[in-house]
Amino acid sequence: MKPPKFDYHAPKTVDEALALLTRYDGEAKILAGGQSLMPLLNFRLSRPAALVDLNRIPALAYIKEGDGSVKFGAMTRQRTIEFSAVVAKRLPLLTEATRWVGHLPIRTRGTIGGSIAHADPSAEYPAVLTALDGEVVARGPKGERVLKSRELFQTYLTTTLAADEILTEVRLPATPAGAGYAFEEFARRHGDFAIIGIAAVIVCDAGVARDGRRCSMARLATAGAGPVPVRLRAAEEILEREGLGDDAIARASAKAQELVQPDADIHASADYRRHLTGVLTGRAIKRALTKVARGER
Amino acid sequence: MAENVMTVRLKVNGVQHEGRCEPRKLLVDFLREDLGLTGTHVGCEHGICGACTILFNGEAARSCIMLAVQADGAELQTIEGLMQNGKLHPLQQAFHEHHGLQCGFCTPGMLMTALDLLRVKPEPTEADIREGISAVLCRCTGYQGIIEAVKAAAPVLRRS
Repeated sequence: MKPPKFDYHAPKTVDEALALLTRYDGEAKILAGGQSLMPLLNFRLSRPAALVDLNRIPALAYIKEGDGSVKFGAMTRQRTIEFSAVVAKRLPLLTEATRWVGHLPIRTRGTIGGSIAHADPSAEYPAVLTALDGEVVARGPKGERVLKSRELFQTYLTTTLAADEILTEVRLPATPAGAGYAFEEFARRHGDFAIIGIAAVIVCDAGVARDGRRCSMARLATAGAGPVPVRLRAAEEILEREGLGDDAIARASAKAQELVQPDADIHASADYRRHLTGVLTGRAIKRALTKVARGER
Repeated sequence: MAENVMTVRLKVNGVQHEGRCEPRKLLVDFLREDLGLTGTHVGCEHGICGACTILFNGEAARSCIMLAVQADGAELQTIEGLMQNGKLHPLQQAFHEHHGLQCGFCTPGMLMTALDLLRVKPEPTEADIREGISAVLCRCTGYQGIIEAVKAAAPVLRRS
């Protein structure tokens, strides 16, 4: 179908955009990459009075490295992230996860801020934000606030962002050089939303990755396993306590399965999703570990 | 009422165009209805089938989930721009030779998607091609001919 009527505004600055959101008092929608919102408009599932298009705000598109983190302007395209040398070096997990986001023509338009603010729990970027314990910056009429993943995601397609706030920046802590990482996902077709996705980062004590297999830091988070991305902290703790031998990985995978409460839908039952959470957690840890062992960065 | 009508100026296949439309007009409909460029097809209208894929400032994008007003000032390339001086583009020639199309509905999107893929990955593996064209649905060919065509076009495009 075709979208319903709406007023259209393409402000040049964040301040102008914020003023428009205030003016429409909750009746406007923010248009970022449009790869989720435009289908909703075409189906007329969403009928906003106005669209506030952020695509003409150049100040919202950047990748900045510093202070042990990488900062992304909310309108940074997924395609830009996919081919960014800085991201490949500092956040290789994000580079890998990006290849699972839709298809290249979708990533041409899709943005990091849009993907996170849309809060589809089966999307990849919310899982990466959760695994890496990153933050988002939200700007509103009263100023800025910084939110962690658990403070942002409420339930399916719902965040704690107010109607007059704009997600302006995503901050992800850089992954230590030599860390292992993997994004594992299962979907029926490439580019479909994940039935389950697992983001994993493994940091080993220097030099003992292969022999001692001690794990100084593990990070695990899900996509598709419930209404919000789930950080699998108790499974991470097993690895940090017991190391990265096969038995510990099996126990962490079993724990991961216990930690999630997925819902059933047309694509998969809740039991199947739980099962996949365990299987993919194991695969993600093992593949992350091969990268540590090979010294791949 | 003529309220809420906006002017869109953009370049398509090197030619400057101007049109006026409501902001809700989809880019693909603007191309087809306002500019008369009907080579780009409208399929699912929600960004899944890929039939409407065009190059937006040189990069493949879905024109059914973009607004025409968002293309103001942009440079687009559509299927109509591939053929030069009456000669098929090497990618079109490869689709012709390797039976990369049957009904032709997905073909404009398939070609624009493959063109972008071959720019990003000039020497694609078969897995790269399969992943790349998974962005476009084809209900006729079973994809094998398309994969063969993209594979065959890659070295020709690298030389050109």
